[in-house]
Amino acid sequence: MLKVTDAVVRYGAITALHGVSFEVEQGEIVTLLGANGAGKSTTLRMLSGLHAAQAGRVEFEGRDITKVKAHELSSLGIAHVPEGRRIFPQMTVEENLEMGAFTRKGSYGEDLERMYGMFPILKDRRKQLGGNLSGGEQQMLAIGRALMSQPRLILLDEPSMGLAPMIIDQIFRIIAEIRDGGTTVLVVEQNASQALRLADRGYVLENGRVVLADDADRLLVDPRVRAVYLGEEVSTEEPASSEIPSGE
Amino acid sequence: MSTEMRVHLRRWLSFFAMAALIAIMTGPSGSNNAPVQGLTQSFAQPYSYFGLFRAQRWMIFFTFALVALGLQTLWRRSGGGVRARTAVLRQGFEAPGRRRATVLSAVVVVALVALFIPHLISNPGIQSGIVEQVLAYVILALGLNVVVGWAGLLDLGYVGFYAIGAYVTAWMTGRLPIAAPFHHPVSSFAAIPVAIVFTMLAGVILGAPTLRLRGDYLAIVTLGFGEIILVFSNNLTNVTGGSQGTNPYIPSFTFRIGGLKYLFGNVGYYFLVAGFVVVTIVLFRLLEHSRVGRAWTAIREDEVAAESIGINPLKYKVMAFAIGASVSGFAGAVTASQIGVVYPSTFSLYFSVNVLTLVIFGGMGSIVGVIFGSILVQGIAVYLRFYPPSGYQASDLYMYLGALLIMMMIYRPAGLIPSRRRRREIYQAEDGIGHEGDVLLGEQS
Repeated sequence: MLKVTDAVVRYGAITALHGVSFEVEQGEIVTLLGANGAGKSTTLRMLSGLHAAQAGRVEFEGRDITKVKAHELSSLGIAHVPEGRRIFPQMTVEENLEMGAFTRKGSYGEDLERMYGMFPILKDRRKQLGGNLSGGEQQMLAIGRALMSQPRLILLDEPSMGLAPMIIDQIFRIIAEIRDGGTTVLVVEQNASQALRLADRGYVLENGRVVLADDADRLLVDPRVRAVYLGEEVSTEEPASSEIPSGE
Repeated sequence: MSTEMRVHLRRWLSFFAMAALIAIMTGPSGSNNAPVQGLTQSFAQPYSYFGLFRAQRWMIFFTFALVALGLQTLWRRSGGGVRARTAVLRQGFEAPGRRRATVLSAVVVVALVALFIPHLISNPGIQSGIVEQVLAYVILALGLNVVVGWAGLLDLGYVGFYAIGAYVTAWMTGRLPIAAPFHHPVSSFAAIPVAIVFTMLAGVILGAPTLRLRGDYLAIVTLGFGEIILVFSNNLTNVTGGSQGTNPYIPSFTFRIGGLKYLFGNVGYYFLVAGFVVVTIVLFRLLEHSRVGRAWTAIREDEVAAESIGINPLKYKVMAFAIGASVSGFAGAVTASQIGVVYPSTFSLYFSVNVLTLVIFGGMGSIVGVIFGSILVQGIAVYLRFYPPSGYQASDLYMYLGALLIMMMIYRPAGLIPSRRRRREIYQAEDGIGHEGDVLLGEQS
């Protein structure tokens, strides 16, 4: 469904992505993992059109979207939940959701009800201002707003950032629900263990390169992943190395 | 003393201090042309210091301050005071079923007052002053409100479009050194649509490449644009007529119905331009709640989020810019035909700042606020022009406006009658909520 081939992104003299390739198949949850500065967010910025790729190719449903601008994505069927939630703070919850349907023609009342079914707390707060919601509620609102455009693929940037563990569980359950509802999900996360339990497949980024790619449950038990991203001592297998794993 | 009273007292004291400062700076008979005259005088001749208390400028500033504070108090929606005392009254007027009737009756009252103004004022100078200094500025401020208040763009070159509108009218009616299009001058009324189209195009041409810039950068570009237009109108003598202005007189609007001919005089212009004001209000009210209006709100609140839901920020910013530009050009065309002459000296930066002041003073983003703010400030300006206190010069006005603006920004940053959303944005920005960068303009840095 989504295919990235040898994507290179530079910020001035600094190269953030050195030819990243990965794929997302229809109906699955794929997660991009990596430490700070590994290139996760850059990858998502590139996909969402906020930063252009200098080389490489991005395809969505067989169509070249490398040069597509951020505001054109939503009509192609891709929704982007930016990092830091970024809801409209002075609009009410309902207005925020309605804005999500901006590019759609026709009525969206049914979808609004569907969102309220999915996020009952938003229904209770429908007349409240987005800025007055808690972090978790804002994240739900941001996801709900993205879903209002009826996307086939949704890009989530660090959905667990700054949230309490209980809320994170809730958000991740919702992400699974979204996949079960037929929307493909690409999620960028720092919270590796939880992201891998949720996802079908995962890619590990390091210094702007994909160093590991596998099914999520296999990555979850991979000693290199465990050592570096899950912060566990792996004494039973090979001596745990504090070095960065190299997958090249 | 209650906290609220202390706040009020402090507010009044600071207004008082501001007035005293202006008085001391300019002295009893000074003006803004000799800003420190009062200070030097009071050192050289200490006794003349007492003369300050006779100074008229205290009075002028307090006229501004009083009206502004009075209106503000009346408008207060929260707290005790007026709100508690008028509770019964308001319950009657604001009951859900009657809201419409209340708004309607308010509109009728305003319309009736507007209807009788030209009959109550017989001085033709004041009549035309009201048209060109008040009504035209209401239209101008409403147009700038789209750009500044709704789209959140700081436009300091607003006067440039006004100038283009005025010169297009002079050109179409054959009053410029260059020939009218097709050597066939038309009436000044027929020139209006052409002026609107030209200024809208100018808005798109200036906006498309520059609206990628944010905040301060855009302000500087538009500032430069306004200055370029000013230099052109002054020095491009063989096109614009230079600093002498256009010649001969641009004809006033005239209507011929059958054999009857009606030449618009002061009263005619008053009603015509008042009609234009009403049309502008109706159009902008529709615009505010349209899809476009919501897109502007989204861009102002969070541009990245707006893009992520499929809004093209550049497109909607250019749209706002072009709408503002065409309204400015429209006002330029109407006033050109009313005054009859187009002078480059009108098109200084002061003009843009003046209109911006009205928008900020009245309440950015609020149609009602901008209208009231414009009528109030421009009304006082016209009054001072025709009934000047001793020692007052026309250019002193900006001194008082500046002082008033400072006080407004401190005590009522959202303006006289703010739009509800805009007020929330400003207070939330102060609390650090949301992605608001610049408090004044809602631009992200």
